[in-house]
Amino acid sequence: MFRYYLKLGSLSIRANPALSALMVAAIAIGIGACMSIVTVRHVMSGNPVAHKNDLLYHVQLDNWNPDDPYEDPNEPPEQVTYLDATALHQAGRAFRQTISFKSDRVVQPEGEDARPFQEEVRATTADFFAMFDVPFEYGSGWDASADRAEERVVVLSAAMNQRLFGGEDSVGRMMTMNKEPYRIVGVLSEWRPMPKFYDLNNNPYEGAEEIYTPFSLAISGEWGSSGNNSCWKPLDGAGYEAYLASECIWIQMWVELSSASERDNYMQFLDDYVEQQKALGRFPREVNNRLSTPAEWMVNREVVDDTVNVLLSLAVLFLVVCLLNTIGLLLAKVMRRTSDISLRRALGASKSALFTQYLIEAGMVGIAGGLAGIGMTWLGLRGLENVFSEYDFISYLMTMDWTMVLYAVLLAIVSTLAAALYPTWRACSVSPATTLRIQ
Amino acid sequence: MLNMKKVSKTYRTDTVETHALREFSLTVDEGEFVSVTGPSGSGKTTFLNIAGMLEELTAGTYELDGRDISKLNDKERSKVRNEKIGFIFQSFNLIPELDVFDNIDVPLRYRGFNADERKRRIEKCLDRVGLTSRMKHYPAQLSGGQQQRVAIARALAGEPRFLLADEPTGNLDTNMADSVLDLLAEINDSGTTIIMVTHELTLADRAKRNIFVRDGQISDGPPELHFAAAASA
Ligand SMILES: Nc1ncnc2c1ncn2[C@@H]1O[C@H](COP(=O)(O)OP(=O)(O)OP(=O)(O)O)[C@@H](O)[C@H]1O
Ligand SMILES: [Mg+2]
Repeated sequence: MFRYYLKLGSLSIRANPALSALMVAAIAIGIGACMSIVTVRHVMSGNPVAHKNDLLYHVQLDNWNPDDPYEDPNEPPEQVTYLDATALHQAGRAFRQTISFKSDRVVQPEGEDARPFQEEVRATTADFFAMFDVPFEYGSGWDASADRAEERVVVLSAAMNQRLFGGEDSVGRMMTMNKEPYRIVGVLSEWRPMPKFYDLNNNPYEGAEEIYTPFSLAISGEWGSSGNNSCWKPLDGAGYEAYLASECIWIQMWVELSSASERDNYMQFLDDYVEQQKALGRFPREVNNRLSTPAEWMVNREVVDDTVNVLLSLAVLFLVVCLLNTIGLLLAKVMRRTSDISLRRALGASKSALFTQYLIEAGMVGIAGGLAGIGMTWLGLRGLENVFSEYDFISYLMTMDWTMVLYAVLLAIVSTLAAALYPTWRACSVSPATTLRIQ
Repeated sequence: MLNMKKVSKTYRTDTVETHALREFSLTVDEGEFVSVTGPSGSGKTTFLNIAGMLEELTAGTYELDGRDISKLNDKERSKVRNEKIGFIFQSFNLIPELDVFDNIDVPLRYRGFNADERKRRIEKCLDRVGLTSRMKHYPAQLSGGQQQRVAIARALAGEPRFLLADEPTGNLDTNMADSVLDLLAEINDSGTTIIMVTHELTLADRAKRNIFVRDGQISDGPPELHFAAAASA
């Protein structure tokens, strides 16, 4: 019987091509609007380390201006100074800890006519890879001794390894940055933390860096940060030394703590540290340290901005309008088919048989609308890419989330079926007696 | 087999109440061929609608094969309609998007027969109405008489014991009307009970029993009909 209903559905859809096309278009547009915003929101609000959310903490200390909070009402700076970063890292009081910043370097690929290119490099510490579950294709990260020894080593992303070495296992080989040689110790496999939770200061969707090198090495090379840098008082003197000794904040710090009590202990440790620094004349504000989970940190940094939520409610409203349209079109269809319905009733179709027939037909329209809706979603995302600058939503949708596509079709079917309920009910309540009356 | 006792049907609209049937009582036995005549608006179609369970009655009782119809729910009524009753309409009421085969297939689908059984029955009925060669034609490609024969084939496909026809020849010329009547007579001969509403007394005359309806009730009818019936007897 199901196949019979499918046949009747396709006959009916083909019998009214214009009406059917209108319905499919209405659903597709509604679904497209909704799914593109949902995708954007999904990408924006994703937590790439959700599985470690209660283990990882972003560290904030308030070393700011006594007369003026870093951010109203009383937010500590979102980064830490070199002094504090290195002191806390060295103390090693957390299970794992990492300090890092990004910096622009010039990479010189091998080969006679290979052109150099600029690349953002993350200067970080050994624990970075283990803390954030960064996946390796070849080799591994460096260890703490490499940090201490300022070893000239790098870890490359899969894409960078592809670009420089054609995707081969390049561990042990050398590469050149700013005319200096580095030895490759590890190559990552595909890793796309969206948003880039560990450093949300600039574009949270720019993707992870393609090259990683020890923090200590970067400092000894006097690398500057290509990310945010804020100072609340002038430096004592000039040069890199003065910068490192300043109250300027430019380093991101994360710790891994394996339990609530460890977290409390670490918080106590931070408070003690600040008190101790106060004694040395630093930290003029009240103690105001923070440990935030990745999720909390993304909310704090307003990764999903309110515009997206407003857009989402507008899109849902739009879908509702499209569905109301669909209800109207389906009703028109049922009205045109009263004689067919009534005849089928007279020939022995029960109300439930007709109900099934019309719901299946609506479901078919829903599937068509959903598939067309994926196209609309794609168009919508193209448009939104212009609004939300250079975020790569499309490739995210394509490479990372086929479930979204599934959702689009599912949403289309469910909403079409919902829209079809009233018209179908009307269809079922057509009296079989009309067959003999309309003559 | 059909037993109506004091059946009334009242249509109510905002302004008027129409008593389409008034204490209408009738018994039809298995194998009868009954014609129903009467002036326009007298309640003939209403009677067929109720007999075919297409409409609820307002008062009275209706038993089909000894079963009180008013006690059945929609599913059971649909099943009885599907299995026991065949309908033939004045305007044929074929589904234009379906070909002849698929039109006859409609009631069989709701019956739940498998594909082989449906095919067997459809072919048998088409053979009976002489339209086997038109199986793949669409209604619009057939003459009025052919369309009505397809409709009859559709009514017969479920092998109903009871055929209800409302002016089956109303849209046909005399020749075609005669051949449809021949077909109905033949069907009746093979045991199917038929109730046929018609305007034409000569056609009504071919039935074994004539009923005259006036103002929603069975009446004695105009004398010509009785003369005709007496003459043919
Ligand atoms: N759905 C309805 N609502 C209101 N009144 C109705 C309805 N159907 C029929 N009637 C009325 O009931 C009466 C009987 O109608 P019915 O169709 O049974 O007559 P008929 O004998 O079949 O007439 P005809 O020979 O013209 O087909 C008529 O007065 C008609 O106007
Ligand atoms: Mg009538």
